[in-house]
Amino acid sequence: MSYLKISNLTVNIAGTSARLLRDVSLNVEAGEVHGLVGESGAGKSMIGKAVLGTLPRAIEIVSGAIELDGTDLLKLSPAEHRKRLGQSCALIPQDPLTALNPSRRIGPQITDRLTDILGWDTKHARERAAELLDEVQIPDPQRVLCSYPHELSGGMRQRILIASAFAAEPKLIVADEPTTALDVTVQKQILKLIKDMQQRHNTALLFVTHDLGVVSKICQSLSVLYAGMVVEATDVRSFFREPAHAYSRALLAATPKYTDPEASLTPVPEEVIAAVRAEVEAADQRLRHG
Amino acid sequence: MLDGRSQIRRKIGLRLWLSGGWLLILVLAAVFAPLLSPHGPLEQDLFLGRMPPFWVSGAEPGYYLGTDSLGRDLLARILYGARVALIVALVAGSITALVGSTLGLLAGYLRGWVDVVISRLIDIWMAFPPVLFSILLIAVLGPGLVSIIIAIVVIDWTRFARVVRAEAMAQGAMDYPASAQIAGRTRLSTMIVEILPNVLPTIVVLLTLEMGIAVIVEAILSFVNLSISTDDPTWGGMISEGRTSIHQAWWIMVFPLVTLFLTVLSFSQFGEGLKDRFDPVLR
Repeated sequence: MSYLKISNLTVNIAGTSARLLRDVSLNVEAGEVHGLVGESGAGKSMIGKAVLGTLPRAIEIVSGAIELDGTDLLKLSPAEHRKRLGQSCALIPQDPLTALNPSRRIGPQITDRLTDILGWDTKHARERAAELLDEVQIPDPQRVLCSYPHELSGGMRQRILIASAFAAEPKLIVADEPTTALDVTVQKQILKLIKDMQQRHNTALLFVTHDLGVVSKICQSLSVLYAGMVVEATDVRSFFREPAHAYSRALLAATPKYTDPEASLTPVPEEVIAAVRAEVEAADQRLRHG
Repeated sequence: MLDGRSQIRRKIGLRLWLSGGWLLILVLAAVFAPLLSPHGPLEQDLFLGRMPPFWVSGAEPGYYLGTDSLGRDLLARILYGARVALIVALVAGSITALVGSTLGLLAGYLRGWVDVVISRLIDIWMAFPPVLFSILLIAVLGPGLVSIIIAIVVIDWTRFARVVRAEAMAQGAMDYPASAQIAGRTRLSTMIVEILPNVLPTIVVLLTLEMGIAVIVEAILSFVNLSISTDDPTWGGMISEGRTSIHQAWWIMVFPLVTLFLTVLSFSQFGEGLKDRFDPVLR
C-alpha cells in the first residue's frame, strides 16, 4: 500500500485547455525517496504543489485523485484538507531566502505547527525546536531560535527549514529543488543532511530535482517527466543501468561528466524530442475522448 | 552562527532628528497653546490692527509675530491652528491608513474576485479630481472638523490601498506564506500573522506622508472657507485672510504659510527617515 498515490492527475490553466499535467500517476511508498526529474517546465514542481494544495489560483485540477494514506485529498473540505496536511505533510522549499518570514523570529516559525496543529504547549514545542536545530547541526540553537532570518546565512536558513519540515514528524515531505539556490559546496552537506534526517525519521520524500546526480545519491525510485507527462517511472537501479524510454536514455546521456570536463555537452536528439512530443499528443487525444 | 549582519545598528539621521523635532515642537505647542500664547486667538483689538512682528520698528510689545487686520495675535492663532492641523493629521491620517490598508491587504493577498472588485473601485475612485471631490463632499456634509476628516478619508484611502495591495502581492508570492499554509494556517490568519508585519513598515511610511497631505487638504479647504467656522484659527484660513493685505502686511500671510510648509515637509521627511531605518534591503 503506497503512502502517496497520485492517479490520473490532469491539471490545466484555469478556464483554458492548456494542459500542465497530463494523466500523471505515481506512487510513493512509506519511507521511500521518490525523485521527480525533467527539464524546466516539465511540471515537476507542479506535482509537489498539487499534493500540498498550494497551486496558484490560475491553475485548476481537471481530474484525478491524490490519495494520502488512502484518503483522497481533493475530496476533503478546505478545513479538513488543512488539518490533514498540517499533520502529515511538510515542504522543504527551493529558496531559503524567501521561505522564512523576515519579520518573525525563527523560534515561533518552527513551533507554530507544533502548537497549532498538534496542540503542544509553547515550552514543550520550544524544547523540541531546539532539539531539531541541534539535529541539523546548528550551533547554539537557543540563540538561533531568538534571531531573525536576516541574521543568518543561506545554508543556515536551509538547515532551519529542514528542521522545521521534520518538526511535526510528517509522513511525507515534498522537497522542491532544496539545493538549487545554494552554493555547490553547501549543496552536498544539505543533501547529506536531508538523507540522514529522512532515514532517521523514516519519512517518505517526494524529491523534485533536475539533477540526475542528486537522484542517484538520494532516491530509491523516480519518475521522469516531459511536458507534464510521466514518460518513465522505475526504481533508481534499473534507471541508471538500462533506462527503458528513449527520452530517459537521452536525458542520461546529456548529463555533464565531471570526470571529463573537456567533453562537449550532448543535447537531447531532435528525433527523441519528436517521438516524445508525439506521445504527449497521443495522451492529449486520449484525455479529450476518454 | 550569527554573523556581522546582526551587529548592524543604524544611527538616527539628521533628517529624522530635524523633522521629528519640528513635529514634537508642534505637538507641544498645540497641547500647551493656552499657556504659551499671551493673547486669546479670537481676542480682537481694532486699534492694534496689522501690527508688524517684534523686530520691525513700530511693533507692539507682547505681539511677537504681529497682528492681523482685526488686531488678533498671529502667534496665538498659529498655536491654536496647530491644534486643528494636528487633529486632522492624526485622526484623518490614521482612519485613512486603516481603511486603505485593509482593503489593499485583502485585494493583494486574497486576489481573485476580491481583488477585481477592490481594484476596479480604486480605478474608478481615482478618476475623480480630489480637490473638487472634497469641496463637493464638504458642501454636502456641511463645514466642520468631522466633515474634513470624512472628506480626507474618502478621497485618500486609494493611496494606501494601491501601495499596500502591490506590497501584499509581492509578499504573497514568496515561499513563507505558502509554508505557513501547508503548516495548517488559514488564509486569513496567514494574512494577519505572516503578511501584515511585512507590509507594516510601508504602511507607517505612507501614514506619515498622509498626515502631511491631510494638513494640506485642511489648509486648502480653509482657504476656500469650507473648513471649520471662519472665526476659529486655521492655517489655511489665516493664509486666505493674509492674502488680501499682502501689500500692507506681509507677515499675516507669511507666518502661517511658513508653519504649514515646515509641517508638511517634516511629515514627509519623517516618513523618508523612517523608511531608511526600516529598509528591508538591509534586513
